[in-house]
Amino acid sequence: MGIKYIFLVSRQGKLRLVKWYVTLPQKEKTKIVKEVSQLVLARRPKLCNFIEHKDTKVVYRKYASLYFVAGIDLDDNELITLEIIHRFVEVLDRYFGNVCELDLIFNFQKAYFVLDEMIMAGELQESSKKTVLRVMAQQDETEAAENAERGWGDI
Amino acid sequence: MKGLTVFIADLRKCRSREEEERRVNKELANIRTKFKDSSLNGYNRKKYVCKLVYMSLLGYDVNFGHREAVELINSSKYSEKQVGYLAVTLVVPEDSDCLRMVVGAMRRDIHDMNEFNVCLALNAIANLGAREVAEALTPDIFMQLVSSASSVFAKKKAALCLLRLLRRHPDAVNSHEWAARVIPYMGHRDIGVTMSVTSLVTALAQQYPDEMRKAGAFAVRRLKSLVIDNEYSMDYMYYKVPVPWLQIKFLRLLQYFPAPENPELRMLLLDILRHIIDVSQEPQRDLQQMNAQYSILFEAINLGIELDIDQGLMQESAVLLGKFITSRETNVRYLGLETMAHLAAYIDNLDAVKTYQGVIIQSLRDRDVSVRRRALDLLYSMCDVSNAKVIVSELLRHMAVADFALREEMALKVAILTEKYATEYSWYVDVMMRLLSLAGDHMGDEVWHRVVQVILGNEELQTYACKISLQTLKAPVCHESAFKVSAYVLGEFGHLIANTEDCAPIDQLKALQNKMPATSVSGRSVALTTIAKFINLFPEIKSLCLRILDRYRNALDAELQQRACEYYALGTLESEDLLPTVFEEMPPFPDRQSALMSRLLKKEADTEDQRTWVFGGREINRERKMQLAGRSGSASNSTPTTPTTPRPPEIPEPVSPKPSTPSVPAQQQQPVEDLAVRKSKRHYARLLWENDGILFDGDEIQ
Repeated sequence: MGIKYIFLVSRQGKLRLVKWYVTLPQKEKTKIVKEVSQLVLARRPKLCNFIEHKDTKVVYRKYASLYFVAGIDLDDNELITLEIIHRFVEVLDRYFGNVCELDLIFNFQKAYFVLDEMIMAGELQESSKKTVLRVMAQQDETEAAENAERGWGDI
Repeated sequence: MKGLTVFIADLRKCRSREEEERRVNKELANIRTKFKDSSLNGYNRKKYVCKLVYMSLLGYDVNFGHREAVELINSSKYSEKQVGYLAVTLVVPEDSDCLRMVVGAMRRDIHDMNEFNVCLALNAIANLGAREVAEALTPDIFMQLVSSASSVFAKKKAALCLLRLLRRHPDAVNSHEWAARVIPYMGHRDIGVTMSVTSLVTALAQQYPDEMRKAGAFAVRRLKSLVIDNEYSMDYMYYKVPVPWLQIKFLRLLQYFPAPENPELRMLLLDILRHIIDVSQEPQRDLQQMNAQYSILFEAINLGIELDIDQGLMQESAVLLGKFITSRETNVRYLGLETMAHLAAYIDNLDAVKTYQGVIIQSLRDRDVSVRRRALDLLYSMCDVSNAKVIVSELLRHMAVADFALREEMALKVAILTEKYATEYSWYVDVMMRLLSLAGDHMGDEVWHRVVQVILGNEELQTYACKISLQTLKAPVCHESAFKVSAYVLGEFGHLIANTEDCAPIDQLKALQNKMPATSVSGRSVALTTIAKFINLFPEIKSLCLRILDRYRNALDAELQQRACEYYALGTLESEDLLPTVFEEMPPFPDRQSALMSRLLKKEADTEDQRTWVFGGREINRERKMQLAGRSGSASNSTPTTPTTPRPPEIPEPVSPKPSTPSVPAQQQQPVEDLAVRKSKRHYARLLWENDGILFDGDEIQ
């Protein structure tokens, strides 16, 4: 089991978030992201959620205007990856409150933190929504406290 | 951070790419100046580093700011640390120098009192996976996993950290020392920890299958408590399915071990599988629940197939799968076809699968390309002697309308299938020629090389092959690869049909000549060689051949010119001895793994989880298992093993094809020795019963 990469791409092809769980040279990473986005964006709606690209399987799903794409090994369980993506979206939804693409654009670092809490090293780390949200809430509290200490000096 | 939000809003307002670039460059210059300013406070640093991360996300090349990111990590404030680590994992390449500075910071953070800092560090390590990190910090990470003082969060992350480092740098991690100690954590009451540890154990199980065997028992018991006893907190329910991810991880882990010998465990396992199958039959209401149920079901079926515990279970699965491949949901069709291919790869009796042959052939025309691909793989796996002809003809029919990406794979598979399951020589040659004409553009040279190899190896084929080659050459349109095969075959065996009607040497030469101008340089090179061979075979047309060679001596291409000159010189030599020696009949090719098979199977990487099975029939999977067993058996005793290669069977008189392998040299260890004895026995039997068994061939012995 191993997710190799996760990325979010808008309908126009703009990358909103990308996370790699394997090590590759930067050029190759950009190439793969571009190729896979093209594949995904070209798919018609009724087709199945799995494509093959070189030696990985690509699992994707469209949520409103955003495509969530994950790349997995050839012999991994595709359906469960689909559900991992769904779980991630649910957590984002609860965290941001009715999440939309703008939330992810303006708070991209928070989206990364949530992703880090849920998936690490390409495996699902924590599947309980409550736990993840609790951790995120604690992080937010700490950050707010630190900002309060700083004062209004610099913005 | 207001500055960040403003920046992002600015960039979104830009209407063109140039405007955006200008804004980005302005900001980059601004940030560069600000970084030079030594009185930069933490908050601003954090803001600027965030901006850098955003810009790299948009695709701009950001190659400064690494030092600042490291300073952020060293800060005592949590939010700054967080952003620092984020930047380091996203923007800094793995082999950069500043990573060394980071290692020190990480070590401090891992031993920190505050568990958040610990988690941050572990997170970053997992995302970075650099070599120095692995060497320096593995013991610390391991402490976090096993120490009773560490929190649940730290344990989870530590397990996954180890997994990432293990995958990336297996030698730097010294997993041998601590592998077995990880297993008890699979029984941890927190499900998050269990999940992470199970992933780690799965990776370890592939390296040390014997030591990790206890993990199997753990997995079975935990699975039982989840599935049958319903021991879990409501928090981990996913649409009425108890933590499906963990179930699947357990099922996957169990696939790497053989079936448990302990009868109690066996019964438990059977119960669990049966329960899963029953539960999935219940009606489901929403898509998510269905997906979760089905994913568990498919994994369970895969496990059942691997372990081969119970025939009844297999039959039931086959029926279920049959229902799935006709489902309206595309995902389900896709997975049904894939799992059925897995079933076909292992099951002894293919009848259950063959009942659905019609449906599967229909799926070749499915709207979705992924489903079509799976249908192709399934047809390949379920092919055997009885349905080979039907399947191959269907595939050939589809080749014309298939999309380009599929065609190459299809062609390769058709070539392999035809070779393995042909019962008559004529059929083999016909199909291969048709294949070359249909899909010649999409295949590499391996296919036509293979055809020639097979024809060379089988005397009975040669006459028929010659006839067909001549026909192909006389046809109005002849594909390049077919031309090459025909030319080669005629050059070697033209004398076999020289006496029949319409096949006189002069006819062969004329046919060859007619097609030559239309082919590429490599085709013409093969043709030149054939003409030179004709000089040797048919002295009566020697002058005609020489004339052709003479013309080509002035050819523009260097290869053609060289060949023509050399052959011409050979043909006009005074002494008659050199020519026959040079053009003596080609011996059959020595045994090696079919290039086609190796091309098909070459997709296995080392650091990912091993495939437990590959597409293809039973024999291929069994051979593969023995190969892997031999390899791992010798790896632990550190003695080199010569890998056993499956030998493609020649088209035999007795119909059932059996892969036979050359006898393995004597310096093997005990477990593999029986294998060698069995194989040499098989070989010996072939020598007795078939008159084409070849024990040794080389240039001296024909």
